Amino acid sequence: MTIRASKLWLRYGLAMAWFFVLLWPLLGIKPEGLEFAVSFAIWIKVAVAAAILLALYQLNKAGAFGFLTRPAAAAGRVAVGAAARVPRWLVLSVVLAAAVSFPFFTERYAHDVAISVLVYIILGLGLNIVVGLAGLLDLGYIAFFGVGAYTYALLSVHFGVSFWLCLPISACFAAVAGCIIGYPTLRMRGDYLAIVTLGFGEIVRIVLNNWMSVTNGPNGILGIKSPGAYWWQGDTLEHIWLNNLEQLYFIILALAVFTVIAVYRLNHSRIGRAFEAVREDQTAAELMGVNTLGIKLLAYALGAVFGGLAGTFFAARMQFVSPESFTFIESAMVLSMVVLGGMGSIPGVILGAVVLIVLPELFRGFQLYRMFVFGGVMAMMMVFRPKGLWPAKRLGQRSEERG
Amino acid sequence: MTNNTPILELKGVTSAYGRIKAIREVSLKVYPGEVVSIIGANGAGKSTTLMSICGVLRPEEGEVWYDGRRIDGLAADLLPPRGLCQVPEGRRIFPRLTVEENLDMGAFFRSDPEGIEHDKNRVFQLFPILLERRRQQGGTLSGGEQQMLAMGRALMGRPRLLLLDEPSLGLAPLIVQQIFHIIREINESDGVTVVLVEQNANLALKNSSRGYVLETGNVIMEDSAAALLANPAIRKAYLGE
Repeated sequence: MTIRASKLWLRYGLAMAWFFVLLWPLLGIKPEGLEFAVSFAIWIKVAVAAAILLALYQLNKAGAFGFLTRPAAAAGRVAVGAAARVPRWLVLSVVLAAAVSFPFFTERYAHDVAISVLVYIILGLGLNIVVGLAGLLDLGYIAFFGVGAYTYALLSVHFGVSFWLCLPISACFAAVAGCIIGYPTLRMRGDYLAIVTLGFGEIVRIVLNNWMSVTNGPNGILGIKSPGAYWWQGDTLEHIWLNNLEQLYFIILALAVFTVIAVYRLNHSRIGRAFEAVREDQTAAELMGVNTLGIKLLAYALGAVFGGLAGTFFAARMQFVSPESFTFIESAMVLSMVVLGGMGSIPGVILGAVVLIVLPELFRGFQLYRMFVFGGVMAMMMVFRPKGLWPAKRLGQRSEERG
Repeated sequence: MTNNTPILELKGVTSAYGRIKAIREVSLKVYPGEVVSIIGANGAGKSTTLMSICGVLRPEEGEVWYDGRRIDGLAADLLPPRGLCQVPEGRRIFPRLTVEENLDMGAFFRSDPEGIEHDKNRVFQLFPILLERRRQQGGTLSGGEQQMLAMGRALMGRPRLLLLDEPSLGLAPLIVQQIFHIIREINESDGVTVVLVEQNANLALKNSSRGYVLETGNVIMEDSAAALLANPAIRKAYLGE
């Protein structure tokens, strides 16, 4: 125990020395000359905090907090046992009721955040089909979001096509785009696929940026219509635009619920199983009579459909689109949600989207350090929950990993 | 038991990985109802031969004929619906799918629920352990159970010709006995023609009617299994005498 403890503190010393080496060049090198005081002050704070955490960790290991942790663990077990007995339809209806009643208890700002959470949930679930189920790493997913958004934008501005009609049209366009991108790329496996999808994602953005005559380039497209509807005004049925946040919230909530149901059905279908078989072992799947290129294209196209739906809504909600909204960082963001939440798990992806959108909003005060914290959290996740916050039930190794 | 038109015929098949030729001008014939074994040492080209038959590897030269049609150059996924199924080397089950889902994958291309149900029952009858474990994930099974699952999965495609790649690999002798017993049963009761690739030459030949011997990518001998078992050169090289 003592030997182990001393080893631990030695590592602590090394880590803190390394941290200083990394920190000082960032803070201490200035045009006026070298400075040590500021970086040392920050360093000592971090070092003391880390030392306290480490000491607490060691005390906990030695069982000093047994009087606290043991009852807590017992309570946790009871809670988990009780949760397992609650029927699933009850949980689902409570969640749905909470989501439906959400706008009646909250402010404009909360509606805005909730709408982006729901958009990202749809994107995450769509990407989850490609990455989680079929196991194809796609770094250019946001391109389909862009295709959906521009499809609606152009059809709405030039031809006045309604939002509701554009939903299926955009979904089809995105699926076709998925097939066009997928057909040449999906013959590749693993890393190569990731690089090529990254490239295609950028191609779509750059085309949107430079095709002035159609997309108006970086200036974007203005004047996109909101979704319309017929509603009783007094006693006549009139056409109104659903452009306040509450109405938009319900539209995107309906789309998200549709997505969840569709993805759930897909997960438990014959096609979903084929996606998983391709992910697990492509050659074996081929030997079972699965047309692997066709199945991967289907996964890609289905993922793109949901990207297109989300994009249509995005354009209608913003009433403006520009290529800036479809950069690589957005693809990375959606992928992070899928990975953080748990690949292949529907509640996991939803949780991932909520965490990655809501947390940065809560910590707006630390805006400067957002990316820093983000990176730190990701690194911690790799160590403590490598399968995601809410992993899919299927755990196990791939046949290649076993070697 | 055999008739004169082969169900599978290879004519001078040469396959390569890059520039390295793994098999050279391999010719062989398999007649309906037979159990044919292909024996040979590590790296002799046994698995390459099977991969060339089922389209995962495209032969550079030569022809593969199955059931009266030429199949070299066809995509691998078109063959199971025609009754040509393979149990690949190293079993390659889907580890994160359950046993039952693995079996369902074997019948992926079929659309006759009743027939699938019937065949699933037949598989469970052949391998009762799979029935017990059908809700378990494939990856949690033992090696022998995984081999049984891989065979069951291939049988779900209702094959007429079953290619088995090293079914005894890494399994305990008792399990191996059981597996070979079932291979014979599949052949005799269900009338499935079997091509067996094995390093365990003794066991393979004892359970088959004819055999081919592969050495560094060439067929060096073909004969009835009994004759091969009696051949002094084979006994010396492959049967450990």
